[in-house]
Amino acid sequence: MKIIIVGCGKVGETLAAVLSQEGNEITIIDKREDVVERVCNQYDVMGTVGDGVSYSTQVEADIASTDLLIAVTGADELNLLCCLIARKAGNCHTIARVRNPEYSEEIAFLKEELGLAMVINPEQAAAQEAARILRFPSAIEIDTFAKGRVELLRFKIPAGSVLHGLSLIDMHSKLKCRVLVCTVEREGRIFIPRGDDTLSAGDVISIVASPEDEVMFFKKAGMPTSQVRNVMMIGGGEIAFYLTKLLLSAGIKVKIIEKNLSRCDILWDTFPKATIVHGDGTDRHLLEEEGIDQTEGFVSLTPIDEENVILSLYAHKMGAVKTVTKINRYVFEDVLESLELDSLIYPRDITAEYILQYVRAMKNSIGSNVETLHRIIDKKVEALEFIVRDSFRMIGRPIKELPLQQDILLACITRSGKVILPRGDDRLEAGDSVIVVTTQKGLNDINGILA
Amino acid sequence: MNYRMILYSLGWILNFEALFLAPSLIVALIYRESAGISILITAVICAAVGSLIVLRKPKRLKIFAREGFIITALSWILLSIFGALPFVMSGYIPSMVDAVFEVASGFTTTGASILTDVEALPHCLLFWRSFTHWVGGMGVLVFIIAVLPLAGGSNMYLMKAESPGPSVKKLVPQVKSTATILYKLYIAITVLELVVLLLGRMPLFDAITLTFGTAGTGGFGVLNDSVGSYTVFQQVVITIFMILFGVNFNAYYLLYKHRVKDALKNSEIITYFCIIIAAIVMITINICSMYGSVGMALKDAAFQVGSIITTTGYSTTDFNLWPAFSRTILVMLMFCGACAGSTGGGIKVSRIVMAFKTVIKELDYFIHPNNVRKVKVDGKQVEHTVIRSVNVFVMAYLFVFAASLLLITLDNLDLVTNFTAVAATINNIGPGLGLVGPAANYSLYSPFAKIVLTFDMIAGRLELFPVLILFSWHTWKR
Repeated sequence: MKIIIVGCGKVGETLAAVLSQEGNEITIIDKREDVVERVCNQYDVMGTVGDGVSYSTQVEADIASTDLLIAVTGADELNLLCCLIARKAGNCHTIARVRNPEYSEEIAFLKEELGLAMVINPEQAAAQEAARILRFPSAIEIDTFAKGRVELLRFKIPAGSVLHGLSLIDMHSKLKCRVLVCTVEREGRIFIPRGDDTLSAGDVISIVASPEDEVMFFKKAGMPTSQVRNVMMIGGGEIAFYLTKLLLSAGIKVKIIEKNLSRCDILWDTFPKATIVHGDGTDRHLLEEEGIDQTEGFVSLTPIDEENVILSLYAHKMGAVKTVTKINRYVFEDVLESLELDSLIYPRDITAEYILQYVRAMKNSIGSNVETLHRIIDKKVEALEFIVRDSFRMIGRPIKELPLQQDILLACITRSGKVILPRGDDRLEAGDSVIVVTTQKGLNDINGILA
Repeated sequence: MNYRMILYSLGWILNFEALFLAPSLIVALIYRESAGISILITAVICAAVGSLIVLRKPKRLKIFAREGFIITALSWILLSIFGALPFVMSGYIPSMVDAVFEVASGFTTTGASILTDVEALPHCLLFWRSFTHWVGGMGVLVFIIAVLPLAGGSNMYLMKAESPGPSVKKLVPQVKSTATILYKLYIAITVLELVVLLLGRMPLFDAITLTFGTAGTGGFGVLNDSVGSYTVFQQVVITIFMILFGVNFNAYYLLYKHRVKDALKNSEIITYFCIIIAAIVMITINICSMYGSVGMALKDAAFQVGSIITTTGYSTTDFNLWPAFSRTILVMLMFCGACAGSTGGGIKVSRIVMAFKTVIKELDYFIHPNNVRKVKVDGKQVEHTVIRSVNVFVMAYLFVFAASLLLITLDNLDLVTNFTAVAATINNIGPGLGLVGPAANYSLYSPFAKIVLTFDMIAGRLELFPVLILFSWHTWKR
């Protein structure tokens, strides 16, 4: 598929890397010559130096035969204009990044009027993810499927848990709830477990279940299930803005520490219910004064990654139940994983994930599409949701008879609103939505799960 | 430095060399020649050593510009050494140095020969000589990139190191598709020439070998007097195709995409044709008195100009006998070379254009010291790094040229011979003037001088830096 990416910042570069690896023909457009040069050298993409909004630049990048244009420059207006021109200049789908909260209120209108295929707001997406985690503090990562009917949760088994020493076959009979373990991370290794594998404390596992079953599962496993009661945020940027909105509506108390006074005014004006503190969030004295030892959730959202990491580690030490750390640059992820950091959110990765999902679905417009795509555990595992169509070769056959590939797990089937955790005798019917967990990359058709 | 990956790539080079030998083997079977056995043995050796190396894939496939340069340079040296084996084993060129010279001359599309009697070679070896031209013309690594996912996205470094021109650009986003498109265009034009020559009633074997020589802008013929004894029609066809293969292949891609205007607007191509026409006119006037008719003078002048500027090196006549003015024009054309992104060698027209514009720009600074001025080509500002690389290339070119000239002067031949010998090898042309003129060959040089000239051929084909980097201490330091 031919894709043009306008703007080669953090998100643009990530997209260029991932999409080119999946075999798409990528052309990047950026005004900065050195950036284009560097990205072209690093990945198998072609570069055009110029203003992505200009018609002639788009023609130079061969807009006429392009399937998709993704505008991810720093400015919302440029992105929208870029997509508008691309729609007129070529016959392609367009995706724009729009981060201004005022515009995002009017997203539906913009999408309709400008003919955009997708509008993505990285900050809002990141805030949604953070909010999910804070509402369920036992999890490190939560991804939703089937319109929220199924969730994939990743969490660490605490010492002394009932789960310690439990084999997967016994789990169902012992805990009596419908939960399926998808992946186990142990000593830096990731594997899809089998029935005779046993869990032990310290493992990070991911499970698939409906939200109700999850709560039951955690109650029986002796882990907290209630949402945090209060959250402290350091940095009052866009993510904090969206996150505050979400948390307040869920009845969680919010305290924001922000350096910039005028920003504080805006936040206070918008969220009269939240406590806005003007001050330096990295000031230890201030943090203690504002009661960091009593807060249950702590979210570090400053623009500097190093500061966020240190702050979260400190909050953890002071007893915060749940910490969420924003990481902008995805460089030393292996170092971050080794720290006691609880949950991490990567805004640019979330953006890339959403767009990737769209691209895979678009690539496969006939047959069974990727409905949802989540890349979990450091992007090493992909969880995909497919709708089974008539084109699926093994329709109606019991699962135990399917010649499934090695590293693939059928995690869940949703049939007319009912969640089924698949067993050997279950069948895939047309219209089902299936969640597939795999360590393979680039799966984009449900027939691909068959050997 | 990713040594494993360098070794792995070289393993693939050997495997492909075995593949490249296959057509010659078929020729040997057709003509039932015993020299085919030496080709078979070489192919087996290449395949065996190559497969042994590629058996284990390196863990780290990522390479950078440095590795790209080194892989390219070592590949070409390796190709020349292994490609020489059939000549040595069959005994037609007993000396290894001579054989490597001959094959390096083939792969680098130089066309300089040490053979006094070409016609004595069996068909299969003649075919191998010419086939190396064809493969070397568009590039061995470009071919491998087109068929093999060697280093993923980092393949661009290999392509940059091998393809000629000041700034190598992709035609389409993926390196692999770019390489495939280049080879498709290359094959298409090659087949076209072959068909036209066959229509002109040239024998099949001659037509194939001469087409390979023209396509790669190489210059190995199968007769002792190069192209002199073919008909006028055949000579004119070869003239036209030589000039066509000297054009930047991007232009053909644009033509294929029906973007005729963009293809013809390219200032490099315009300059290239202007130079050719000017040179033909001047030489024709100059040599007219030597020939009975203007037509014959024009034919020979056009053939020689086309042959030298595209760095092919075929000849229809001994231009050593031409007046000094015409010979000097030919020597200048040797340095000028063909377009960037073509199969020709030399400094390249685009570099000449940029260097010329840089001089004009600098001149302007003397008149208006505070003037803001940038070099523009095709209406686009040329980046400073490109200008710098052009300047550095010309400097390095002069240094290598001077050093080689000094070294081969040890053989105590005259200056015209030595000067044009270095010029003809570093620019991948073939024949020079004086004792290495079109009617003579390079057998008179000592083995040492031949090694120097072999180095010049490979350095010239790869545009110096990939080869020069091998001599830098910092390259090999961990």
